Amino acid sequence: MPGLILRRLAISAVILLVVSMLVFVATLLLPGDPAQAILGQQATPERLEALREQMNLNDPFAQRYLHWLGGLFVGDFGVSAASGGSVAALLGDRIAASLVLMVAAATISIPVGILVGSYSALRRGKAGDHAATGISLVLAALPDFVIGIALVTLFSTTVFTVLPSVTMAPPGEQVWDYPSQLILPVLTLVLVVMPYIIRMMRTTMIEVLDSGYVEMARLKGVPERQVIWRHALPHAIAPVAQVVAIQLAWLAGGIVVVEFLFRYPGVGQALVDAVTNRDVQVVQALAMLIAAVYVVVNLFADIVGIVTNPKLRTGGIR
Amino acid sequence: MSTLIEQQTEVALQATDLRVATALGKEILHSVSFTLQRGRMLALVGESGSGKTTAGLACLGYFRTGLEHVGGTVELSDGTNLLALTDAGRRGLRGGSISYVPQDPALSLNPAMRIGSQIMEVLRVHGYGASEQARRERLAEVLTDVGLPNDTAYQRRWPHELSGGQQQRVGIAMAFAFRPEVMVMDEPTTGLDVTTQALVLQTIHQLVTTHAVAGLYITHDLAVVSEVADEVAVMLAGRIVEQGPSDQVLHDPQHAYTRKLLNAVPDLAGRHHIGEVEAVTGAMPIISRERAASARLTARDVASTSLLSVADLRLSYGSNAVLNGIDFELGRGESLMLLGESGSGKTTAARCIAGLNDSYTGSVSLAGTTLQPGTRQRSAEERHRIQYVFQSPLSSLNPRRTIGESVEVPLYMSGTFSRKERRALVLEALDQVQLAASFIDRRPGQLSGGERQRAAIARALVNAPSVLVCDEVTSALDVSVQASIIDLLRTLQVETGMAMVFVTHNIALARHISQRLAVLHAGRIVDMGPTDDVLENPQHSYTRELLTHVPTL
Amino acid sequence: MTTIDTATETIAAPPGLLRRIIRQRQARIGLAFTGIIVLVAVVGPLLLPWLTGYTSTEFTGRPFQPDGVFGTDNLGRDILSRFLDGGLTLLVFAALATALGMLLGTAAGMLAAYQGGKLDSIIMRGNDVLLALPQLVFALLAITVLGPQGWVVVLVIGITHAPRIARVTRSAASAVITEDFIRASEMYAVPRWKILLKDVLPNITGPLMVELGLRMTYSIAAIASLSFLGLGMQPPTADWGLMINENRIALTLQPWGVILPVLAIAILTVGSNLITDAVARASATVEESK
Repeated sequence: MPGLILRRLAISAVILLVVSMLVFVATLLLPGDPAQAILGQQATPERLEALREQMNLNDPFAQRYLHWLGGLFVGDFGVSAASGGSVAALLGDRIAASLVLMVAAATISIPVGILVGSYSALRRGKAGDHAATGISLVLAALPDFVIGIALVTLFSTTVFTVLPSVTMAPPGEQVWDYPSQLILPVLTLVLVVMPYIIRMMRTTMIEVLDSGYVEMARLKGVPERQVIWRHALPHAIAPVAQVVAIQLAWLAGGIVVVEFLFRYPGVGQALVDAVTNRDVQVVQALAMLIAAVYVVVNLFADIVGIVTNPKLRTGGIR
Repeated sequence: MSTLIEQQTEVALQATDLRVATALGKEILHSVSFTLQRGRMLALVGESGSGKTTAGLACLGYFRTGLEHVGGTVELSDGTNLLALTDAGRRGLRGGSISYVPQDPALSLNPAMRIGSQIMEVLRVHGYGASEQARRERLAEVLTDVGLPNDTAYQRRWPHELSGGQQQRVGIAMAFAFRPEVMVMDEPTTGLDVTTQALVLQTIHQLVTTHAVAGLYITHDLAVVSEVADEVAVMLAGRIVEQGPSDQVLHDPQHAYTRKLLNAVPDLAGRHHIGEVEAVTGAMPIISRERAASARLTARDVASTSLLSVADLRLSYGSNAVLNGIDFELGRGESLMLLGESGSGKTTAARCIAGLNDSYTGSVSLAGTTLQPGTRQRSAEERHRIQYVFQSPLSSLNPRRTIGESVEVPLYMSGTFSRKERRALVLEALDQVQLAASFIDRRPGQLSGGERQRAAIARALVNAPSVLVCDEVTSALDVSVQASIIDLLRTLQVETGMAMVFVTHNIALARHISQRLAVLHAGRIVDMGPTDDVLENPQHSYTRELLTHVPTL
Repeated sequence: MTTIDTATETIAAPPGLLRRIIRQRQARIGLAFTGIIVLVAVVGPLLLPWLTGYTSTEFTGRPFQPDGVFGTDNLGRDILSRFLDGGLTLLVFAALATALGMLLGTAAGMLAAYQGGKLDSIIMRGNDVLLALPQLVFALLAITVLGPQGWVVVLVIGITHAPRIARVTRSAASAVITEDFIRASEMYAVPRWKILLKDVLPNITGPLMVELGLRMTYSIAAIASLSFLGLGMQPPTADWGLMINENRIALTLQPWGVILPVLAIAILTVGSNLITDAVARASATVEESK
C-alpha cells in the first residue's frame, strides 16, 4: 500500500510540474514587455533595463523558468506588473479570506450532500427522492452567478432586505469579523456544489444497494440498519470521495465568480482584477495555487480510495 | 441411516400455490408448489428465465426489486406462513432457520469484510450460543465442516484472496453456520471446474444428510441433479411441469419438456445422440463423406492428410506462462476437441491459431505454409481458410449492425464481390445455419442467444473455410440450444468437409462432436488421441481425475 | 457461465433512443424551455426594428429610467432591445465550444481506449494536466495572454471540455472494445479507423449524447460567466452575461436589466440539463435491456 500511495504522490508532483511549465509558457505568448508594463510608457531606457535585470528578463528562457519555479517553493511569486509590489504580499490576506469561504462551504455541503444523497437512494422512487433529485437537477444546471443573483434578489434587495449583498470590511479588519456578510457567498457556493454530491451519492448508494453482497446480507437476516452501515456505506465512500475532491477543486475555481459577485476580498477577486489588468505574474501565481489545491485534494481522494479498498490495500490486484 | 429415515418424512417447508408478478402486474411465477423434507434435497431444474431463482428466494420471503408476491404461502415446519410475517419476522428467519447459498460468491461476499467476520455476522445477528466464545468455536467448526482451514489467519482473509471454490465454500459455511432447517442453494457450482464442483457437491451432500437439513437445489444442469437430488421439480416459464423422485423423473420422464431437456444433455458415454446426427462413437466415427470409410484415425492417417499443424506453441504474459509448448496436427475434415478447465490456456491457444493473439512463439501452419502470427499480417486467403467462432454470441455481434451487415464483413474485406454477390452469399450462409432469410435485416437485440450464435457461425461460414475454430461456442447457451448448435456444427462438417477445432471445458460433449480429443492442462497437452481411447484409457492422471469427477445422468 | 438463451428471446427491438427520450415528461419540459430561449435568441435580433424601434447599442435616454417596456440600462440603452439581441452570440459560441470539445475529446478518448499502451498513457496524463486547472481559471489564463476575444473563449472552453469528454469516451469505449465483435473485425483485418467509426462509435452514442448535453449546459454557463466577469464579450456588444455585469449595481432601482438575462440563462441551462438527464435515463434503460 505505501508503494501505491508513493506512486500517486509522484504522479501528482509530475502533474504540478507540467502545469507549471504550461503556465509559464503562457507568458511567452504575451505581446509586449513586462518591464514596460510595470513602469509605463514614460519610463527611461535605463530604468527599463534595470528592472529587466532585476526580473531576470534577460536570462535564457529555461533559466527564467527555473528561477520562477524555485521562487514558488520559497513563497516568492514575483512582482505584480499592475501594482509594482510583490505578488506574495498582495495575496497574503486574500488567501486566508478565500479559505474561510471554501472551508465554510465545504463543511456545510459535504455532510449535507452525503446525507441527502443517501436518504434519496434509500427512499428511491418516493416523494422525498423525487424532490431531492428534482431540486438538485435544477440547481446543478444553474451557473453560479445566476444562483448568487437569485439569492441577492431574494435576501438583500427586492424581496427581503435582511442580508448584505456585498462584502465591505473596513481596511485592517478581517472578513470573518462580519459573519453576516459571509452568509450569502457561502450559501451560493453550497448551492452550487451540493447538487453534484447529492447526485453522486445517490447513484453510488443505489448501485451498492443493488449489489450481490447487500442482497446476501439481507438474505442472511442482517437488520436493515446494519446492512446500510456495514455493507453498503463503506463501498460508497471511495467514489463519493472522488466527487467531493472534484467539487472541492471546483470550489477553488468557483470562488472566482462568487467573490466577484459579492465583491469579496479573496483570491478570486484578485484573479479577475489581474486578468483585467493583464497582470501576468499574479495570474500565474494564482493558477499555480489553484492547481496545487486541485492536485492535493485529488491525492487525498485517491488515498481514501486505496485505504477503503482491501484489494488495493493488500496488493491483491495490480 | 435408520434414524434419518424417520426424519425424512418430516416436512420442513411447504410452498403452496406461489404466485409472483412484476410491478407492472405480469405474473412470472404461476402457482408453484413444492415440499422440502428434512435430510432430503429437492432439485429445482429449469433453463434461464424459468423463474427458478425467484421461486427459491420466495422460500426466504425475499423478492427482488420490481417483483412482488401476489399469492400463495410458504409454510414452515411449525405451521407459520413465512409470507404473512412482517419484515422483521422474516429477517429473523433468514440466515437462521432458512439460509441461502448464492450463485456467484465473488459477487455475494462483501469484498470489504474479512470472511471470518462475514460468517460471525450471521451468528451474532441471530444470537448463536451464549457468548462470543461459543460463536468463535462455531465459526471454526463450520469452516471445518465445509472443508476449509479454520485457523485465525484464514478467518482474517479477504474474499479476493480466495479461489472461486473456496469462496463458494465460505458461502456454504455462512448458510450452514446457524444450523438451518432449510437451505436454498442457487446454482452453487456453476462456474466452478469439474473437480472443484465435485468436492463442493460432496460437501453439500454431507451437510444435508448428516445434519438432516432440507435442501432446495436450484440448477440448470441435469447431470448435477442426478448426483445430489432425491427429488426433482422441472420448471418451464414459471410453472412446475413435472415433479417426482429423481430416478423417476430422470429415467422415465412424463412431460414432453423434461424429455426434450434430457435428450439435449450430452453424455460422456455417447449413449444417445443429442441431435439428428449420430454421436461420434467407436461405432460411428462420422467425419466427412470421403472419410466415412475409415473407422478409426491413426497417427499416420492424420499426418498424411494434415491440414493444420501447430508446433511448440508458447506464450507467456510476463512471468506467467499460459502456453508451455503445444503440438498437434489436424487432418482435413477432422474434428479435434481441445478440452481444458479455466486457466488451462485453451482459449489462448485457439486465438493464436486464428491469429487473434499474435504474441506467441512456435508455429501455426496451414497446408504446409507457416502462418504469420497476427491476422493483419496473414494474407486474405489465409484469413479465409481459418475461421473462428466466439464464445458469447451476445458479445460477438455488433448490436448496432444488422445480421446481414455483420455476416458480410469477411466478404467485404476480401473485396472481390459485388454488393449483390455478397447478399446472395450471406443468404446462403444464413440458410446453412438454418436461419430464415428475414434475419438478414434484424439486429442482434431481436434474436435469441441460439439464433445469435447461428448468425455468428454464418459469418464464419461465408468464406467457406477449411478450418473452423469454435471457442466454447455453447457454454453460454441453455442445454437444449447447445444440443441444436452441436447438431448444426456436426451437420455442417459432414456437408462441407471442413476441419474443426472445438474448444470446450465440457468433457461430456467429447463423443458428440469430435473424433480426437486433446486434454489441455496448465498450458500443455497432457493426453491426446482418438476420443474413445482417451476416454476409455486415459494416460495422464489429470484426465483420469477429470473423468472420475464429471457428473453423469 | 450463466445461461442467456430464453432470457433474450422475449425481447423485441428496444424502441429508439429518441422515442424513449420524448416519452419522458421532463424531456418535454426541457425541450420547451430550451426551445423558447433559442427562439428568443434567434428571432429576437430580427424583431428589433419593429418591436422596440431601437438597436441594441443605441442610446435612448438617461440611464436606469423606466422608459420603454423594461426601462433603460446603465448607459441609457433600451433593455428589451439589448435582451433580444444578446442571446445569439452566447448560443453560437457555446455550440462551437461544445462541438470543438466533443470532437477533440471523442477522438482522444476512442484512440486512448483502442490503442492502449503508450498512446493511452500519454493522452490520459495530458488529460490529468489539463484537468488540474479549473475550467474558469484556464480560461482566465488564456484571456490574460490572448485578450478577451470571441475565438479565444470558444477555443479555451472547447479545449478544457476535451479532457472531461475524453475520460467519459475512453471508459465507454473501453467497455465496447473488450467485446468480441471488435475481435471479429480485427480478425477480418478491417482497417482500424473503420473499427473505431463503425464498431465503437455507434455503441457509445448514449454516453456521448449525455456528454453533449452536459457540456452544452456548461459551455453556456462558462461563457455567460466570463461575460459576467467582464472578460468575455466586450462592450458595447449586447450580451446577456455582460448585461448582468453592467446593470447589477441598479438591481433595486431597475431590476429588469438583470432579471431578464438571468431568467433567460436559467431557463436555458435548466432546460438543457433536463433534456440531458432524460437522455441519460433513456440510454441507461437501453443498456439494461441489452
